[in-house]
Amino acid sequence: MPNIVEIEDLKKSYKGGFEALKGVSLDIREGEILALLGPNGAGKTTLISTVCGITTATSGSVKVGGYDILSDYRAARAMIGLVPQEINLEPFERVINTVRFSRGLFGKPRDDAALEQVLRQLSLWDKKDNQIRELSGGMKRRVLIAKALSHDPRVLFLDEPTAGVDVELRKDMWEIVAGLKASGVTIILTTHYIEEAEAIADRVGVIAKGELMLVEDKDKLMARMGQKELEVQLDESLVEVPAALQSDALRLCDSKRALIYTYDTRAERTGITSLLAGVAKEGLTLRDLVTRQSSLEEIFVNLVHDGDNKPGKEDAA
Amino acid sequence: MNWTAIRSIFFFEMARFFRTIAQSFLAPVISTSLYFVVFGAAIGSRIQEVEGISYGAFIVPGLIMLTVITQSISNASFGIYFPKFIGTFSELLAAPISFLEIVIGYVGAAATKALIIGAIILFTAFFFVDFSIEHPLAMLAFLVLTSISFSLFGFILGIWAGNFEQLQIVPLLIVTPLVFLGGSFYSISMLPPVWQTISMFNPVVYLISGFRWAFFDTADVPIITSLLAIGLFTGICLLVIGWIFRTGWRIRQ
Repeated sequence: MPNIVEIEDLKKSYKGGFEALKGVSLDIREGEILALLGPNGAGKTTLISTVCGITTATSGSVKVGGYDILSDYRAARAMIGLVPQEINLEPFERVINTVRFSRGLFGKPRDDAALEQVLRQLSLWDKKDNQIRELSGGMKRRVLIAKALSHDPRVLFLDEPTAGVDVELRKDMWEIVAGLKASGVTIILTTHYIEEAEAIADRVGVIAKGELMLVEDKDKLMARMGQKELEVQLDESLVEVPAALQSDALRLCDSKRALIYTYDTRAERTGITSLLAGVAKEGLTLRDLVTRQSSLEEIFVNLVHDGDNKPGKEDAA
Repeated sequence: MNWTAIRSIFFFEMARFFRTIAQSFLAPVISTSLYFVVFGAAIGSRIQEVEGISYGAFIVPGLIMLTVITQSISNASFGIYFPKFIGTFSELLAAPISFLEIVIGYVGAAATKALIIGAIILFTAFFFVDFSIEHPLAMLAFLVLTSISFSLFGFILGIWAGNFEQLQIVPLLIVTPLVFLGGSFYSISMLPPVWQTISMFNPVVYLISGFRWAFFDTADVPIITSLLAIGLFTGICLLVIGWIFRTGWRIRQ
């Protein structure tokens, strides 16, 4: 697949010296759904805003469809649709007018048939004459998507489309995104929900403290993140893992009073049943069972920590 | 030039104007009528003619200017500040349009609204006083130039303003006094010499004088000076906007 967005060594420092992006390079393939995962303040929105032309990069380059976003800004931006994180809509405007305005801003002639299709796709057609203030939060978010789609973009950026949205709406949003992908639109979305990336993305990028820590196919990343630990707390201390139970997945806790078993939640067999059967067979008495999954935040912290220890890496300051 | 985008901005802004039609039209018409009743009819009848013109007629050009200037500034500053305030401004930044196109759209709409209101006040004035316009084309030119230049000024104000208070403070503390002391209600020659000299530093004096000349063929300052003054003001506004355009000041981080 050819790359539709090429970001090279993008840096952004704000006045006062805060470095929001510390040299991000990223290629986005045409037709894919790329999820950018990261905690708040990681630089996700800055990255998107810079590609879309809302903020200016300190250095580095971005090409969209082969057009440079600075020297060929008209051609580059014409290909992009942006759904911002905040619900920024004029409360007294009617849905159809605000969507029509967006299309006009992108220099496209009025085409009510095309807008009808967009609004129907988003189940907004029967609300087209409503004022924005009469809509629910979820509907407003759909209006933002309709505005972003009004000029038939080839690349759609969704900045935390499901932040503060209830579970049902989130599922709706995922369906919409899947539908858009099917119609050939490349989608980049930011999120801090790991399930969201898992549910819809083809590839996942992890961004933290202004750096892109990794970009991987979702399946590979999920395998890494899907690890869980089971702590089998015992009544007595052990010297070592009993011979009959020994495996790579099992180790003795530092306190010597618990066994820690690492397993993959999505594997066909987690091996917990046979572990517990083995523990019983050894005559060990169970005190308690605790399971742990490394949280996304933890993974970020680990990733950032690893990044700091990379040899030859420049100081973050 | 992305004319489709300019048209979109222009008509979107005009639609806002027509949506709040009562507020847009009635407020200036009512306040102008009050000026005519108070100054033209009640007090004006006790004032002798000014420069050979009845007082009621004498204040017509000044009142139109007063309204056109304040309307241009408030329309343009609000027009561009509002998207900044509610956050829709980012949509403009992400669109394939240049800053020049944004300026033409917003300033064009603000100036058009001010012109419409100016025309309505002129029309209203005919109901209250008798007067004729000596140089209709010059009058129109002054009106158009004034609404464009003060809309440019309002645009700068809207870009600069960080909150609603700042949006109001410049018109309130600077523009309104300048316009009131700019000879809307009197001829500069009626002032003591010291104040006449001070008035010469007020740019609005040149505008109102030139505009009054277009009506009655009589002016406080030569017409060419008036034209130069408004040209200079427009030029300064354009330079500032050009600078904002280049640096992205208060627009793009």
